[in-house]
Amino acid sequence: MANQVNSLFSGRLAVANMGLEVFATACHDQQTPCVHVEWKPAAGGNQQLMELLSKLKNF
Amino acid sequence: MGNIDNANREAYARMDKGNPELTGIVYAKDVLPGIDKYTIGHAGPPVKWEDMCGPLKGAVLGAIRYEGLCETDEEATALVESGKIKFRHNHSVDCVGPMTGMITYSMPLFEVTNLSFGNKAFCTFNEGLGKVMRFGANGPDVIARLKWLENSLAPAFQKALALRGSINLKVIMTKALAMGDEMHQRNVAASSLFVREIAPALTEVVDDKAELVKIMTFITGNDQFFLNLAMAASKSVADTIKDIPCCSIVSAMSRNGTKFGVKVSGLGDRWFEADCLMPKGLYFPGYTAEDGNPDIGDSAICETYGIGGFAMGGAPAVVRFVGAESVAEAVEFSNDMLEICEGVSSQLQMPPMDFQGIPMGIDIRKVVETGLLPVINTGVAHKQAGIGQVGAGIVRAPMDCFTQALMAFAEEVLPQEVLLQEVGA
Repeated sequence: MANQVNSLFSGRLAVANMGLEVFATACHDQQTPCVHVEWKPAAGGNQQLMELLSKLKNF
Repeated sequence: MGNIDNANREAYARMDKGNPELTGIVYAKDVLPGIDKYTIGHAGPPVKWEDMCGPLKGAVLGAIRYEGLCETDEEATALVESGKIKFRHNHSVDCVGPMTGMITYSMPLFEVTNLSFGNKAFCTFNEGLGKVMRFGANGPDVIARLKWLENSLAPAFQKALALRGSINLKVIMTKALAMGDEMHQRNVAASSLFVREIAPALTEVVDDKAELVKIMTFITGNDQFFLNLAMAASKSVADTIKDIPCCSIVSAMSRNGTKFGVKVSGLGDRWFEADCLMPKGLYFPGYTAEDGNPDIGDSAICETYGIGGFAMGGAPAVVRFVGAESVAEAVEFSNDMLEICEGVSSQLQMPPMDFQGIPMGIDIRKVVETGLLPVINTGVAHKQAGIGQVGAGIVRAPMDCFTQALMAFAEEVLPQEVLLQEVGA
């Protein structure tokens, strides 16, 4: 496992980032290619609303 | 496809089929149920006098003087506090009005008929910009202009329409969208196209040349003249989706300057309310955000239909006026709204977005799930009574309206055992 991580950072990285944009910005700042995917948890992560949405989706 | 999806497709189909036409000029006293000189219609969900914001109070005092019930603001305030004035929200009587939305007994109204369904909607005439009643101004010049609209411009429009016949608004709106209007904060193309329709008949029916010049100067000098027609058109379309069982599409959005209200098709006439937010935008010279009142007006009916902020991608020229940064940002607004809507208009299209149809049919489930809130282009009124417009900008509908509506919707449509069932059980 450790070898795999080391080889990851010794080679050329291609990054897909989801969620917080600050990580994508950090990659860009270090000239590392990065595709940023804008993503947020459904209903802002509110469990009650997520459950309701799930039920309503199937009705 | 589930019950909700089927209901939503039906709502979207009705909205897309909507075909609003200006069929008449009428007076509130002749068409609105139960109205008398002591009745005042206002924008937004219902609100009591003590909870009204500054511009709404200013407009109310002006409206009372306009109806000749008294001569001073002090007398008008006393009349309100005596309980003799009956307030009601415009949406309750098939009406809409921009900003404070005053509709009183003597006011002339556009009558718009949705030809596809036969229902009617009404809106006042646009008074122009700056110190006007819809922004809370109420000086003698404001009242005098309203009286002129009532006694000169409206009768002339009545005669002109009788001569040339009704004017289809969907045709004008489709063309205007292709010419860069989103028809909430930019109506320059739509107003011009409307003038092309009405002007020849006006020249036929107004004998007094000086009065004709005054009328033509007024309607050609006001880029926002068409806004009120766009609102009545939007209302006539949105009203056709009221009360569809199991439908989670928004049937109205409106603000009274204190509370923002949302109605949902499958939940009837209930308003889901939250505090109005402050628009972000540009202020006229001498004013700042400190002077602005929170979001106000029935004009969010435009966004309920899919124009205004939803059609920003088709109106690059409005971008700077409402304080957005770039055309790309305007396109992003429309793309975001596509994510929360049931479909797109098959006729109202945005050329800069490769003729993408405007987003149509806001689904409260999608709003809550994505966190993408309806975007509204709006004017900004001064927070004090009697001053008027101080800017324009962009504002979002508050999330609380949609979370409340979603919970009520789930209780309404889901069987009790499903509502109480634990997810994954």
